[in-house]
Amino acid sequence: MFEWQELLEVLSLRDYNTRLVVSSAVLLGAACGPMGAYLVLRRRSLMGDALSHATLPGVALAFLASVWLGGDGKSLPLLLCGAALTGLLGCGVVQFIRDRTRIKDDAAMGIVLSVFFGLGVVLLGFIQSMPKGSAAGLESFIYGKTASMVQNDFFVLSGSALVVLSAPVLLFKELRLLCFDGEYAAVLGWPVKRLDALLMLLLTVIVVAGLQAVGLVLIIAFLVIPGASARFWTERLDQMLLLSALFGAFSGWLGAALSALAPRLPPGALIVLVASVGFALSFFFGRERGLFIQFLRRRFLMQQGDAKDDLVCHR
Amino acid sequence: MIWYAIDSWIVVTGIFAAVACALLGNFLLLQRMSLMGDAISHAVLPGLAIAYLLTHARASVVMFAGAAVAGLLTALLTDTISRLGKVDRGASMGIVFTTFFALGLLLIVQAADHVDLDPGCVLYGAIELTPLDVAWQVDLGGFLWEVPRAVLVLGGTLCLNIGFVIIFFKELRLVAFDPELARTQGLPVAALHRGLMALVAVTAVAAFEAVGSILVIAMLIVPPAGAFLLVRRLPAMILVSVLLAAFSAVLGHAGALVVPGWLGFTSTSTSGMMAVAAGFLFLLALLFSPSNGLLANWLHNREGNR
Repeated sequence: MFEWQELLEVLSLRDYNTRLVVSSAVLLGAACGPMGAYLVLRRRSLMGDALSHATLPGVALAFLASVWLGGDGKSLPLLLCGAALTGLLGCGVVQFIRDRTRIKDDAAMGIVLSVFFGLGVVLLGFIQSMPKGSAAGLESFIYGKTASMVQNDFFVLSGSALVVLSAPVLLFKELRLLCFDGEYAAVLGWPVKRLDALLMLLLTVIVVAGLQAVGLVLIIAFLVIPGASARFWTERLDQMLLLSALFGAFSGWLGAALSALAPRLPPGALIVLVASVGFALSFFFGRERGLFIQFLRRRFLMQQGDAKDDLVCHR
Repeated sequence: MIWYAIDSWIVVTGIFAAVACALLGNFLLLQRMSLMGDAISHAVLPGLAIAYLLTHARASVVMFAGAAVAGLLTALLTDTISRLGKVDRGASMGIVFTTFFALGLLLIVQAADHVDLDPGCVLYGAIELTPLDVAWQVDLGGFLWEVPRAVLVLGGTLCLNIGFVIIFFKELRLVAFDPELARTQGLPVAALHRGLMALVAVTAVAAFEAVGSILVIAMLIVPPAGAFLLVRRLPAMILVSVLLAAFSAVLGHAGALVVPGWLGFTSTSTSGMMAVAAGFLFLLALLFSPSNGLLANWLHNREGNR
């Protein structure tokens, strides 16, 4: 059948462009998964949200700086550096507000998110009013341009994914202690602050690399959903990290491949929806914390309780 | 700086939107749910898209209803997931709103031919253009007074929010500071919570077209946070947050007129500038608040060390 053939062709990555898009999505998913798992355990899931919005002024500033210096403003490394710079600054501000004032975590993230993004919008407004520079390429940082990735984007993405994925392997023990008992780690003399900063740095790397691919709202999904889904299946950190990477990669693969099947299916959105379905399945049927297993356990306990009551009564 | 009648309307639109958001934001901040505003204002996208597909008209009643339903669903699902699945609130919020946003994006792209909903417009809004859409003309003895539609819509929303806060002030206060006590006293905590979420959603939609979701999020969070640093009592906090919000709108518009000129550009986004102005006022509060400011803390510590 024609349709099956097409489906097979897409899922097995025969077409060059599809191959590029799908492998980028898989890499990004695999790299974001474990980062998300750490964030979920640290109860900072929405840090990705604040961070991704905080990159916008950096992108715009880098563009302005490059035009000012006589370039055309489209140099990818420069734009990414700018994004990383203000992204990190945003993380720092969140940390500062949280530590130094009465304002809590969530509001601190909200303040950074909205004010930095507002600044980004203002700077983009400047750029749009410029006579020569065109801001056309910068839009892709907000909405993503998964379907029109080029080889350079792919190289940036794979490099970042490699860096980010090496952290859970090299620093497994340290990060585990940080996630489960940060204060104990501090008492033991671990450099907790530096580890935290490292985690934020890695988060920045993957967010900046992924921005162009899926856009700044959908990268949040990549950072939250696989990690949260993996939590339903296991109580062990190593398994959780592995599972979240697998979930991320699988959503990336299926979502991007499905979007290649028909026109007008935005890959970023489809990837997120695939991941959401995965989350729903984990939520109900996860082996450790799913609703179904919780229900069975409760019923088992109640039956045991009944049996004991019987014994007491008949004795 | 040249000031036209149009500029006054832009500022009035901005003030209405900012104050409507800041009012509700106080209660979100105290309940540690500030990011709910962010989540809801992204999550209303599919509600908007479906309502638009059904009615083919913008800013209709159906659209408000669609957005309110989407907003309520976001709040409801977030609660359910975090309670039943023992998932952190932030994580469940992130899951729900990104899923909704993706769904909305998919719907909009699918129906791109007949939907005039541009995600960019939702993000930044077009406050600069609001005065052009006149809904109501009043003849004041030869002087034609043209009231833009956005001003009417946002004014209505503002009245709704003021009414909600005044009528339920005692209940809202108790829920914000001690939800357990509120529950034992028999207050309908869940219903109040849902009412608040629905209003956040309605406000977000009312403000969307005019000022963009970025300003909605900024005004829901930043002025209440600034007020939280400045005063300690809830009525005072609400008042200060409202003043901060209104002043951010004025300052933001003035900034959008003046700042580009300083730097050699011609124009920029007004709602973006209003968000930046709110951030600037927050920074001032953070530095110079008499009770909690960094400067006061520093002086206090120095005195202590002597």
